[in-house]
Amino acid sequence: MSEMPLTIDQSRASVPSDQPGLANDPGATPASSGAEKSGAVLTARRWTAVMVPLLILSAALLLICLQFGTQWIGLGRVIDIVSAVVREWSVESEQIGTTGVILMQVRLPRLLLGLLVGACLASVGVVLQALLRNPLADPYVLGVSSGAALGVALAILLGIGSTFLALSVLPLCGFAGGLLSLVVVYRMAVSYGRLPIHSLLLAGVILNSIFSALIMFITSIMEPNRSAGTMTWLMGTLTAPSYPALAILTCYLLGGLFLLLKQARKLNVLTLGEESARSLGIETERVKRQVYLLSALITGAVVSVSGMIGFVGMVIPHAVRLMLGADHRLLLPASALVGGMYLMAADTLARTLLSPAEIPVGIITALAGGPFFIYLLVWRKDRFA
Amino acid sequence: MSQLPKNADSMIDQAGTGAAASRRAYEVRSLRFRYHPLSRGAANWVLDEVTFDIQAGEILGIVGPNGSGKTSLLKLLAKVLRPHDGAMALFGRDLGAMPQVEVARTVAFVPQESPQVFSFTVMETVLMGRFPHHHGATWSAGFGWESAEDLSIAEQALQYTDLTHLAGRSVMDLSGGERQRCMIARALAQAPQVLLLDEPTAFLDLQHQMEICAIVRRLKEERGLTVVLVSHDLNLASQYCDRILMLKAGALFRLGTPHDVIDVEVLKAVYGCDVLIDRHPESGVPRVTLPQYRATKTVGDRL
Repeated sequence: MSEMPLTIDQSRASVPSDQPGLANDPGATPASSGAEKSGAVLTARRWTAVMVPLLILSAALLLICLQFGTQWIGLGRVIDIVSAVVREWSVESEQIGTTGVILMQVRLPRLLLGLLVGACLASVGVVLQALLRNPLADPYVLGVSSGAALGVALAILLGIGSTFLALSVLPLCGFAGGLLSLVVVYRMAVSYGRLPIHSLLLAGVILNSIFSALIMFITSIMEPNRSAGTMTWLMGTLTAPSYPALAILTCYLLGGLFLLLKQARKLNVLTLGEESARSLGIETERVKRQVYLLSALITGAVVSVSGMIGFVGMVIPHAVRLMLGADHRLLLPASALVGGMYLMAADTLARTLLSPAEIPVGIITALAGGPFFIYLLVWRKDRFA
Repeated sequence: MSQLPKNADSMIDQAGTGAAASRRAYEVRSLRFRYHPLSRGAANWVLDEVTFDIQAGEILGIVGPNGSGKTSLLKLLAKVLRPHDGAMALFGRDLGAMPQVEVARTVAFVPQESPQVFSFTVMETVLMGRFPHHHGATWSAGFGWESAEDLSIAEQALQYTDLTHLAGRSVMDLSGGERQRCMIARALAQAPQVLLLDEPTAFLDLQHQMEICAIVRRLKEERGLTVVLVSHDLNLASQYCDRILMLKAGALFRLGTPHDVIDVEVLKAVYGCDVLIDRHPESGVPRVTLPQYRATKTVGDRL
C-alpha cells in the first residue's frame, strides 16, 4: 500500500511560485491552530464549552417551569420540596404535602417527559435531515410517526389492555406501527439494493396520507368519549407518567440517542453526498439502514407517549445549526438539549395559557413551527433547493 | 468481479519489485457495467469489455461524447459503483475484494458537483478527508476528534489549494472555483496515491480552469500522484494529460498520447463531425477547433 507514501508536507518547499492563482500563498508558514482558534474546527474543548452551559440551562429551565401551573409555586418552595425529596428519597405525601405531590408527581415527571420527547424529536430531525440532505426533513416526513400513531390508535380501538406487566402496551404498538411503516417505505423506495432519496421522500408522503386516513377512520368509529381522548393525544399531548414508566422510557430513548451519536462523524461525511461518502470509505447503505431503523424506533416510542408533536424536529436543528455550525458531533447533542428545553417551555405554555384548561402542546409547536417552515420555504429555499 | 482475467499473474502484487516508473496504478480487464442489472439486451451496457492499464504517476484523461460512459468508468475506478463483470486491480490488489475504507486510503474521488446544504466550514469539509484514516475503535471512527496530525495535513491541503484564508468560511458561501478547490483539498487530505476528478473544470471561468489544471500538474510532478480526470474539453485534456482514453458508446475507442488520440479521423469516427486540428502555439500538442458554420448535409442529417 504505502510504497510511495504521500505525506503532504514534503512538497511545500518546492512549490513554484509562478503558478497562476497560487502565487499569493508563498510563505511556508504553517497556519497551525489558526483554523482552530477561528472556530473553523470543532474541538473537544469547544464541545464542552457548549454542552456544559446547555446542561445547566436545561436544569435551570426545569426549575423555572416547575413553578408554573394552575397553582403558582414559588421558586423557594420548589427548591425546598426538591431538596426534601432528595434527602428522604421518597415522594410520599406525608413528607411533602399536597403542594409537594403536585410538584413531584404531576409537574416534574411531565416536564421530564417533555425534556425527553423534545430531545428525541430534535435528534431524529437532525439525523433525518443529514441522511436526506434536506433541512426541511423531520420525523414526520418518512411517515414513521403516522405509522406509529396508527399502531397506537388501533390498539386503543381494539381495547388491547392498557397495561402488560405493569407497562403500557401502547409504546409497543407504536414501535410496531413505526417499524411497519419504515419497512413499507423502504420497500417502496428501494431499487437495486439502494435507497434513492427522492423516492424515499415520496414514499413517506404517500404513506403519511394513507395512514392519516386510516387514523381518522378509526377515531370516527370509536365510542365518542374514547375518540375525544384519542384526538387529544393525536394532536400531541404530554401527560405525567409514573416514575417506573418514565425510567424505562428514559433508558430506552437515551440508549437510542447514544447509538445515533456514535454515527456523528459518518453523518458529517454523508452530507457530502452518497458517492463522496462511499469514496471516503463509508458503507453508505449500511449506515443509512442503521440510522433509519434507530430513528423509527425512537419515533415510535415517542409518538406512543405523546402523539404527533410536529416541527420540533425541523425548527430546533435548524436554529442550533445556525448558532453552532453543522458538525453533528455537537449539533446532535446540542439539538437534543435545546429541543428538550423548547418542549418543556411549550408544554408549560400549554398548561398555563388557558388554565385550568389545557391546550395540546402539539398545537403550540405547530403554531410556532409552521410559520418558520414557510419562512424557510419561501425566503431561504435558495440554500437547499 | 467473479473471475480473474487470464493474465492474473500481472494482477498480483510482486511486492513492488518492479521499478516505480513501470508500476501500474490500475489494471482494468474486460470491464462491463450497466445501471440496471436486471435489464436485458446489449444496448444497455454503459461500459462493455473495457480493458486498459493506468500507469502510476501519469495523468490520464478520459474523454468521449455525452453518454459514452466516462463518469461511470471514473466511479467504477473509485469503487463508488460496482462492475457487472470484469476485474480491476489497484496497485496489484483486487479492487472488488478491497474494503471500501482501504480503497479510500489510496484513492480520492472528486465528483463533478458537490452541493452542500449545511453550513460546514471549509476546514471541517477538508477534515472529512481524514475519515478513512480513523481506523481505530468504532467509537473513534464515529465520534472521535481529529488528531494534531489530521489538522496539520488538512492545513497543508488548504495551503496547497490556496484556501487557508477561507478556512473558517461556510462552504455554502464559496464561489464555484473555490468550492472545487475545497473539494480537491478534501481529496488531498485523504493522502491518496490516486486522484479521480470528474469534470474538474466544468462551470469554471478561464482563470479558475488554469488554477485547477496547475494544481493537478503540481500534484503529479511534486508527489508522483496518479490523476485520472474526465473532461469534455478536448483541448484541456490534450494540454494537461499524459495520455488520453477515448470512449465511444461504452467501448474503448483509442488510448494513447494526445498526438495519437486527438486526430481528425478519430474525432470524426467518435463525434461524427469534422474538426480542424492544429498545434498549440506553446506546447505543440494538438489543438481542436470547430470549423466555420456551413449548411452541410451532415449537419442537416444530424438535426
